[in-house]
Amino acid sequence: MKTLADLKKIREKAQQEMKLRSSNTRIKIVIGMGTSGIATGAREVMKTIMDEVASRQLSDVIVTQTGEKGLSSMEPVVDIIEEGKPTITYGNMTAEKARKMMAEHVVNGKLVNDYVVAQN
Amino acid sequence: MKFYRSHILIGIDNTSLEAGVKEIEAALRTELDKNNLSDEINILETGSFGYFGTGVSMMVYPEQTTYVDVKVEDIPEIVEEHFLKGRKVSRLILNTNLLKKYNFNYKRRIVLDNSGKIDPENIEEYIGLGGYEAWEKALINLKPEEIVNEVKASGLRGRGGAGFPTGLKWSFTAPIKAEQKLVVINADEGEPGTFKDRLIMEGDPHKLLEGLMIACYAVGATKAYIYIRGEYKLCIERLEKAIAQAKEYGILGENIFNSGFDLDIMIKIGAGAYICGEETALIESMEGNRGEPRSKPPFPGVKGAWELPTVVNNVETIANVPAIIKNGAAWFTEHGVEGCTGTKVYTMMGDVNLPGLCEVDMGTPLRTIIDQYSGGMKDDRKFKGALVGGAAGVFLSDKLLDVKMDYNSLEEYAAVLGSGAILVMNDDVDMVEMLWSVIRFFRHEACGKCSPCTKGNEVLYTLVSKFRNGEGCEEDLDQMIEISQAMLDASFCPLGQSLIMPVKSAIENFREDFLMKIK
Repeated sequence: MKTLADLKKIREKAQQEMKLRSSNTRIKIVIGMGTSGIATGAREVMKTIMDEVASRQLSDVIVTQTGEKGLSSMEPVVDIIEEGKPTITYGNMTAEKARKMMAEHVVNGKLVNDYVVAQN
Repeated sequence: MKFYRSHILIGIDNTSLEAGVKEIEAALRTELDKNNLSDEINILETGSFGYFGTGVSMMVYPEQTTYVDVKVEDIPEIVEEHFLKGRKVSRLILNTNLLKKYNFNYKRRIVLDNSGKIDPENIEEYIGLGGYEAWEKALINLKPEEIVNEVKASGLRGRGGAGFPTGLKWSFTAPIKAEQKLVVINADEGEPGTFKDRLIMEGDPHKLLEGLMIACYAVGATKAYIYIRGEYKLCIERLEKAIAQAKEYGILGENIFNSGFDLDIMIKIGAGAYICGEETALIESMEGNRGEPRSKPPFPGVKGAWELPTVVNNVETIANVPAIIKNGAAWFTEHGVEGCTGTKVYTMMGDVNLPGLCEVDMGTPLRTIIDQYSGGMKDDRKFKGALVGGAAGVFLSDKLLDVKMDYNSLEEYAAVLGSGAILVMNDDVDMVEMLWSVIRFFRHEACGKCSPCTKGNEVLYTLVSKFRNGEGCEEDLDQMIEISQAMLDASFCPLGQSLIMPVKSAIENFREDFLMKIK
């Protein structure tokens, strides 16, 4: 038999997992998954980002993908969208760069200026 | 914690099952596997999304894209375009013009707030959205009489049709000292055109269980039954799963949360007789007897199934209880109108653009329900009338479009809310045919116990058939009303007593339709 404390734990865990279906998200990470994005490794970048979200238990982040945005020479491209702030576009991403971006930008709110290709 | 970047919710209900949703789901899983996406994208089954006639639908989060009428051959395109490349497949997206017309009323939903959003077969999703908090609160912090008083104060009334105050019903049984008391959920839902309870149970079975548990604790019952019609296979399956999960999590069973309270919930399957929706006939059927009504008193609350005090409540009624206990009676009374609080789930049918379910505040006029919540009249046709409350309901004319839909306001016009089935008809519909099919239904379902109902239905059927064949006369109309009045006075149970409503309202509100048939 489970106790009330167990129930509370289950509730918290389930809430995290279902966060995706509520609209209360802080940051939206959009990965360009057009032909050239995929060709230059966007899938690996996305996998890394998802791993980071899972291992850091970030519940207020959503990860989604988009098509070609006209920056083919800088693919893979990742946009970080936060409400009330300019959209930050990172270019020429790799798994390693993505990990750094997650730690510094998404978690601590500090831009990784070396990788930023556009702000608007 | 496993992180998925996207959740695909597939609506499972009878419409989609018939359209082959299971094959489509399998195809989707295979296709995601093939593209190495299965650990990024989570597929979940959920209940109905609340609109019909769109085959298999799926909702993709976080974008909240709704795909409708999906076929197996569309799956590779959806996976490649949407999940791999992030481009929505616009040809399958639900018609947005239609959607703009449709208001899901999510903010005000009480009973259906989780339907179409959670996986009904996963107790943790229900718990994650605050499920079983009310049960915890009731069992640990509240006394049974406090719960009864809270439900009384909320003004909750039975949603099965009669509108009897729920708290009052409980207060009859709660003080009785008995070795065993029972709570029975009436999930027979036999009223033609009503399918709200089905979708509540399919979409959110734990909500019904939680409400039932609270009801049992409030009246002191340690055993509960859900009497459900045999046709509702998916409901039965999901409820059985839900009960098993609740037991596994220690939410149901013996000495729940160390409170000393034991509870067991069982499912009884009915055989689809209309009469068994009447509570005493339902009890007879549960005991294994022929489904015929008993005389009252004694009322079931005092002497019900196996002579034990038995509270019988409708599914939708009980599904309101968790929210009342969790948020309090005062919160509940903010919904609806005075004397008729809360929301009502309607099943919309007929000539509207988006037939299906809608949950709106009590007292919302029919015009608003049609225009705002059901996409308006189909093909912009003219509204002629609506049959409200199922077969045992009332034919409303366009004069009553702006009347508040709640038990008290409708009563002023000799109409009823009934089970909440609304059949909308355009100016093409022949009311003689409509009334004929209603009477034919009752003639078939009369149980044979008492003569006024058995014979009365037979005579009504003969008379209404005369109009159909062009052999009727004006006196026949008066006679039909007279006979149904006699049935109201003399029938044993509500089955025969309710014929007066469709017969009288059809003849009074749409007399020309009948006169046109006279040669």
